[in-house]
Amino acid sequence: MKIWVPCDAAAVACGADEVAAAIASAAGLRGETIEIIRNGTRGMIWLEPLVEIERDGVRHGFGPMTPDDVPALFEDGEHPKALGPVEEIPFFAQQTRLTFARCGRTDPLSLADYEADEGWQGLKRALELGGAQTIEEVTTSGLRGRGGAGFPTGIKWKTVAGAEAPQKYIVCNADEGDSGSFADRMLMEGDPYCLIEGMAIAGLAVGATKGFIYVRSEYPHAIRTLNAAIKAARAAGIIGDSLMGQGPAFDLEVRVGAGAYICGEETSLLNSLEGKRGMVRAKPPLPALEGAFGRPTVVNNVLSLAAVPWILIHGGAAYAEFGLGRSRGTIPIQIAGNVKHGGLFETGFGMSLGTLVNEIGGGTASGRPFKAVQVGGPLGAYHGPDDFDLPVCYEAFADQGGLVGHAGFVVHDDSADMLALARYAMEFCAIESCGKCTPCRIGAVRGIETLDRVAAGDPAAIELLHELCEVMEKGSLCAMGGFTPYPVRSAIRLFPQEFSLSQEAAE
Amino acid sequence: MTEDDRLAAILADHAGREGALLPILHDVQAAYGCVPADCYQPIADALRLSRAEVAGVVSFYHDFRDAPAGKHVIKLCRAEACQSMGGTEMIARLEHALGMKVGETKGDVTLEAVYCLGLCACAPAAMVGDQLVGRASAERIEALVAEVSA
Ligand SMILES: Cc1cc2nc3c(=O)[nH]c(=O)nc-3n(C[C@H](O)[C@H](O)[C@H](O)COP(=O)(O)O)c2cc1C
Ligand code: SF4
Ligand code: FES
Repeated sequence: MKIWVPCDAAAVACGADEVAAAIASAAGLRGETIEIIRNGTRGMIWLEPLVEIERDGVRHGFGPMTPDDVPALFEDGEHPKALGPVEEIPFFAQQTRLTFARCGRTDPLSLADYEADEGWQGLKRALELGGAQTIEEVTTSGLRGRGGAGFPTGIKWKTVAGAEAPQKYIVCNADEGDSGSFADRMLMEGDPYCLIEGMAIAGLAVGATKGFIYVRSEYPHAIRTLNAAIKAARAAGIIGDSLMGQGPAFDLEVRVGAGAYICGEETSLLNSLEGKRGMVRAKPPLPALEGAFGRPTVVNNVLSLAAVPWILIHGGAAYAEFGLGRSRGTIPIQIAGNVKHGGLFETGFGMSLGTLVNEIGGGTASGRPFKAVQVGGPLGAYHGPDDFDLPVCYEAFADQGGLVGHAGFVVHDDSADMLALARYAMEFCAIESCGKCTPCRIGAVRGIETLDRVAAGDPAAIELLHELCEVMEKGSLCAMGGFTPYPVRSAIRLFPQEFSLSQEAAE
Repeated sequence: MTEDDRLAAILADHAGREGALLPILHDVQAAYGCVPADCYQPIADALRLSRAEVAGVVSFYHDFRDAPAGKHVIKLCRAEACQSMGGTEMIARLEHALGMKVGETKGDVTLEAVYCLGLCACAPAAMVGDQLVGRASAERIEALVAEVSA
């Protein structure tokens, strides 16, 4: 009997290791021979630990499991945690899983699993096509950077390909600092070879022989998995002196961050990679021309790179068939916080915010009324029910004074304290500012003080806060200081009474 | 191995590596529990940097400590998804129960804030030593602390 128990950090945080141990011992007691496979997660985090058992070639799910639920797996009769065929669970069945096609199905470190499931086919195709044609495919796909800024990946690659230099680099941005986001982590832990393949294709396309994956230190599981995967891919001759024994050289190294949110910003990341303070650099020069160690460098998010193997196998045009307007392809949405069905939901751009929160997410976890959803991490705006018609795509959210960012959606119920959340946004900016520009470094500290005055009932404070937001937005070098006003202002706009109640009480 | 030998071994490990400073600092902290100030000069010498540059990098990053933490480090997520699931109240309860604040070390235990562990769909989240805790509660974390420090 084959039994799958996810090894993903979220599953482990919910007790997957204990469940796996209980399964092994229960099977031992009964003298049953079983094979336990530690797969990645399917992304249905509210069901984790989600155990799967194969019956007649179909994988059936059970979850969320506890060690106490384990013995019944080996007994006749309906299991109280039975979910039926995993891939028929509506949350899963409704997705378009391109980037996450394998994640949750396979043993993340098994090269055999990877190869059996379209693995390395994209790299093979790129080797046949050559660099220029590979970049063409990526351009045709319409793929835009999934790290937040949404810059077209094909154009970035073309710039680096066209730069002359003795050494070029591929840098994968795996800093994933945005709260509410975990897709990068899930992919690195659940399908690391897919990222390796995407990076190898990028290297081949632009003429880079060395890649770095810059991972935040908060992700020890992902770091371990990536290191093991790189070692295995190198031993198998996929990467190293020659890509698949026929292409140019390409090797990879994992670099670990050191607890600085700003190092997710690409120029700060490059400074950090070089061993410096993670200060943001002014652009130009573009990293594409003067990036890591002063060399032409592709900096791409994990999900941008992991989308590439599928694009090469199925063609850029096939990828571009999904999506809405100028947002092409699929977006791995992470829905989290106070939501019933939290997890990863990959779908073509264009699903409405309301569908996502109410139908996919199933409403709040607490069962209390929905209040607001913050989209795009700590620099993203809060949205209320009035925005439920907004389709998830870059343009629509930008038009509403928000952003999709890395597509983290954090749901809050009616108990959320918006003034506290606005204060937190300023506090986070104050803690994480790189310190280069005054509006951000000092402005965030003033923002905290001003919100405290609002809370204390100072009637002049709100006006001051608006001015401060204006200065931060206009005068900051990067989005840290520039977008921190988004959550603050949107909270005030949506719930003005929460920013004036205390005032009235004081008057 | 003497202290100096340990540092020399770490520096030798990273000789010739591009951008070696962060990897070196991580290794130093793994070996000593912090980045002791008397390591700055030897590291600077090995990388042909100034002592001030090394000190500047150490101070920039939240991860690097100037004194070792308690034997048991508890990281509590303060970010939004965890707040939405009662994280702030959980932290307050835990602070009360342990008689200490986030940012403090008491005996063997250090309480620290962290800003997202990527466990936002099973919030609130925490880390007790190497152990990840999803759907956390103050009681569960207290029990884990009692377990590890027993
Ligand atoms: C404050 C700040 C934080 C950022 N954090 C991340 C991050 O954690 N991960 C990421 O991929 N991009 C992040 N970015 C965006 C990067 O600067 C950059 O646009 C991205 O890595 C480019 O890759 P892409 O084109 O594939 O998205 C951040 C930007 C800013 C301003
Ligand atoms: S806006 Fe803030 S984080 Fe960005 S460069 Fe300026 S000080 Fe640094
Ligand atoms: S917000 Fe707490 S784990 Fe992500």
